[in-house]
Formats: sequence, structure tokens, C-alpha cells
Amino acid sequence: MNATILSRRSALAATAALAVAPARAQQAPTLLNVSYDPTREFYREFNAAFATTWTARGNPRPGINTSHGGSGRQARSVIDGLAADVVTLALAYDIDAIAERGLIARDWQRRLPHNSSPYISTIVFLVRRGNPKAIRDWGDLIKPGVSVITPNPKTSGGARWNYLAFWAWALRQPGGSAATAEQAVAQLFRQVPVLDTGARGSTTTFVQRGQGDVFLSWENEAHLANQEFAQAGLEIIYPSFSILAEPPVTVVDQNVERRGTRALAEAYLNHLYSEDGQRLAAKHFYRPRDAAILAANAQRFPRIDLVTIDDVFGGWATAQRTHFDDGGVFDRIYRPGR
Amino acid sequence: MATLAAAPGRTWPRQALPGLGLTLGITLAWLGLIVLVPLAALALKPWELGLAGVVDTLLEPRVLAALRMSFGGAAVAALASVPIGILFAWVITRYRFPGRRALDAVLDLPFALPTAVAGLALTALFAPNGWLGAPIEALTGWKVAYTPTGVVVALFFVALPFVVRTVEPVLRDLSLDTEEAAATLGATRLQTILRVVLPALAPATITGFGLGFARAVGEYGSVIFIAGNMPMVSEIAPLLIVVKLEQFNYAAAAAIGLAMLALSFVVLLLLNVWQRRLRRGHE
Repeated sequence: MNATILSRRSALAATAALAVAPARAQQAPTLLNVSYDPTREFYREFNAAFATTWTARGNPRPGINTSHGGSGRQARSVIDGLAADVVTLALAYDIDAIAERGLIARDWQRRLPHNSSPYISTIVFLVRRGNPKAIRDWGDLIKPGVSVITPNPKTSGGARWNYLAFWAWALRQPGGSAATAEQAVAQLFRQVPVLDTGARGSTTTFVQRGQGDVFLSWENEAHLANQEFAQAGLEIIYPSFSILAEPPVTVVDQNVERRGTRALAEAYLNHLYSEDGQRLAAKHFYRPRDAAILAANAQRFPRIDLVTIDDVFGGWATAQRTHFDDGGVFDRIYRPGR
Repeated sequence: MATLAAAPGRTWPRQALPGLGLTLGITLAWLGLIVLVPLAALALKPWELGLAGVVDTLLEPRVLAALRMSFGGAAVAALASVPIGILFAWVITRYRFPGRRALDAVLDLPFALPTAVAGLALTALFAPNGWLGAPIEALTGWKVAYTPTGVVVALFFVALPFVVRTVEPVLRDLSLDTEEAAATLGATRLQTILRVVLPALAPATITGFGLGFARAVGEYGSVIFIAGNMPMVSEIAPLLIVVKLEQFNYAAAAAIGLAMLALSFVVLLLLNVWQRRLRRGHE
């Protein structure tokens, strides 16, 4: 029923699964972590650290593979048959979509501490050196003459966080309501000249193509771009408040049962919560949940007032339906003759 | 009809060449498995929404705008590649100059290049701070990247080789006799080209146009970087399909895909009929 039209994709997914998961699961256990784009560097280092710990406990050395891409696309690959043992995606909505098809228990978000999000992140601003347009807070984004770069919320998980953070800001303004917030968001998107399909594409547009005055970005992507393109001259601006982004992780029950990898998969995710895992997350600019490690990295993570999706929007399902589904607020913004 | 006459009572003519059963079987199996079954699945999927749902999906202003962008952009790009493509074919078939073979090979590169790479390169070139984008904007005030113009540029890039490669063999086989005859009868060079050469090339040109157009309509990778992807302005239909898939809305995605398929089929069919008519008139 689900997802049989694009059989080429399924075939590709099946081939990929075969390539990374040979059938001899007992001798050389392998794990496939299906993740989203900006976690590439973090998981490369984390996988090696976990493999060492797991082997030191007297287990055979596991082979760990990671697949990266847009969060929604990754969720679709798992639905279409990519044999992921664990998923580590950008938003709960994408994992919910997999759970709806019965691959994951419905209560997955209660299985691990902190809403199954071992690290958190937020949305910050990246501006050009010297901050010529004097952008300090969300309100500055809709000042005349400011051009804003963000990916398309329809195709990018990160962009949905950007959009919702701005909406939350608009609600907080004196006299703020859903109507004024919608107006403000419509104004914001009038000042967006390019809508890339993902966070990495937007980084390129902002940094290398020189488009826009400010780029709304994951905190870790902003730091990465700042390091990677030091010669481009960029500055990270922390707004007065932002949104608490909780990228969740979980075990794909149906796949680990079939492949006999549940113990390994669960240990892998638990290791994200260990001191080692938390330290690595902080190193890659994900805010660790562990208070001591967060405190030790205080200069990396300025204190910032963070609002949650649950508090402002009543959870992901509602936020998605109201704002991003067909006929939602985002579509209304782009109606002709507004 | 110089082949063997059908024996009386047989519906299938006797074949001089053996192997009809095997080769036809393989052809039909391939056609069925790789082409018809997936297309049938695509054609069936949208109706989960019901007829009204499909119509609603297709009549959304954003979907209409995207279809207009994809088909309009592809038509403009394919039209633009007709004169340029004929010119390229003319240069590599009629003249001898150093580097001709290299040029000939380079013309095929767009076929082999991953379209995303082409898109990135074109965007870097035509971006407002790019080598071409900056001077063009300074001189004419015209933005190329992140506008519908950028879409057409990317589609032109993928459509052009199809025109070159369909026109070129015909041009090469075109005998010089007719051109010489025209010259003897007092035609100027321009008259010869307009009245003798181009009509002879017309069927091949239409084929090249059709192939380039079909390729450009479905193009995704090269366009996505340069388009800017602004809804209602520079959003292409394949991107909307991706957007629908991103919402796990397979049926709506298939509905747009089916609409594109049907529209392309109609366009290609009309081109085919026109081309046949021209060819018959020419002979």
C-alpha cells in the first residue's frame, strides 16, 4: 500500500541495504544509522568511539554505517525498505511518519531520556563580518532592505525550525496573535530571495554565492560554516531567544528484530547519553543534555532563552498540520494576489 | 515491399531472418517490466485521492504555476537550442579546423555530466557575484540565477545536445548536389540555406526539439540550484513532486507526475505527426 509507485527508489534502497548489511549478522554485526545532513561529521567520530567501547566490553567489533540526507527523504527511504537499525533525524515528525507505518512502536519518544533527544540544538543567525545590517534579533529580519536566506520549510526539517522560531517570536510581540504572526512570516518570506531545498544548499547560497544579509541556521551548521569558510568573514549572532530543537533518535523495531541487532542498536543509542557521547556532541556544537558537560563548554554555547514546540505549537503533529501541510499557513503565504 | 509475400492462411509473414520470437520476447519483457509496469503504477496511484482530489491537486495555483514554469521553460529552452544546435552541427560537419574532434566530443559532455554538477557550475557562473552573473547584471540589470531566466539557462544546457546530435548526421548525409544546383540556378547563399538546407533538416530538427523538450520538462538536478525555487515564480513541477513526497503524500505526487506524463505525451505525439507530415511532403 505505502510507497510502491517509485519502485526504482525501493530497488535502490534494497540494494543499498544489501551492500551495507551482509546476511552474516552473527559473526560481524553491522548497524545502519540513518541520519540527516548536518550530523555527518559528528557521527563519523561517534561511530568510531562507540565501536571501541563496545569491543572493549568483549563484543566483536561492529561495522557501523551512516546514511545522510534530507531528514524527510531519509524517513521515506526507511518506510520504503531501507534496513535502518536506528534513525537519528531532525524532527520527531519524521520518526512519527515511520512509526505510523508500523516499523517503530508508537510510544518511541518515551523510550529514551529527554524525549529521546540526547542532544539539542537551536537556530541562530549567521551574518557577514561587521554585521553591516546590524541584525541582532528576530525583528531585524523584516526591516526594509534586509535579505534573508533560509531553505524551504516544505523540503527541509531545519527550515521548519527557522520558521517556527520566527513565528514564536512574532507571537511574543505586544498584541501578538496568530494573525499578526502570519503577517510577519509572510513579510519574512517576501525578503527571502532563494529557497533552497536543504540546509547545506542554503549554506552554499549564503557563503559562496554571496546572497542575502543573514542566514538562519542550525547552531552547529553556523559554527561549521564559520570554521570551514574562515576567509568568507562570517559572524554568528545569538538572538534574544530561539527555539529548542530536539533532534530525536530511536531504534527501528521491525528491522532490529529481523536482523537480530537490538542489543547493539540500543547500546549505540545509549552511548549517545554517556559522558563520551555527550562530550563528542558538544565538540560538534550540539548542546549536550548532561549539565556538567554543558557547563564545561559554556563558552561554546551562550545561554539563550529557548521555547519548545510543545509549549508554543502543541507538538509537532499540530505544527505540521497548521503550517506546512498542503493548504497550511506556508502555502497561504504564496497565494497569488495577496 | 520487396520482402517475402505472406503465405496464404498465415497471419504472420515468414521471416527471412531467424530469431523473431526470442528478440521480440526480450523487447516486450523489457518494455513491460521497466517501462509499462512502473508507469501503470504511476497512473493508478493518484486515484486513491478520487477524481475530485486529483483535479483539486492539479488546479492548485502553485501546481499550475509550476507546470507552466516547467513546460514553458522547456519550450523556450528547446526553441532556443534549435538555431544554436543547427549552427553547432553546421560547424562540426561542414568545416575542417584544428580541434574539431575535441569540440565534437565536448558537445556530448552534457549527456554524461551529473546534472547536479552542471547546476552547481551554472549557478556559480550566473550568480549575482559570478563571472557572468555580475557583468550581466551590471550592464543590463538583468538577473539570471534565482529567476525564471536561470531555469531556462539550465534547461537550455541539457536540451542543446539533443538538437545537435539529431541534426548532425542528416546534415552530414545531405548531398552537396542540391546546394550546387541551387547556386547554378542563381540562388544566393542565404536563399540556398533557407530554401534547400533547412527544409531538408526540418524533420530531424523537430525530433531534436522534441527530445530536448522532453528532457528539459523532467529536469530536476541542474535546475534546483539555479532556480531560486520561489513558489509561483521559479518553482518547477518536479520540485513540487518532491515537496509532496516530503509530506508523505504519494498520491498527490503521482498526480502531478501523471499530469506531466500526459502533457509530454501529447506534445511529443503532435511533434511526431507534424514531423511525419513534413517528411512525406519532402519526399
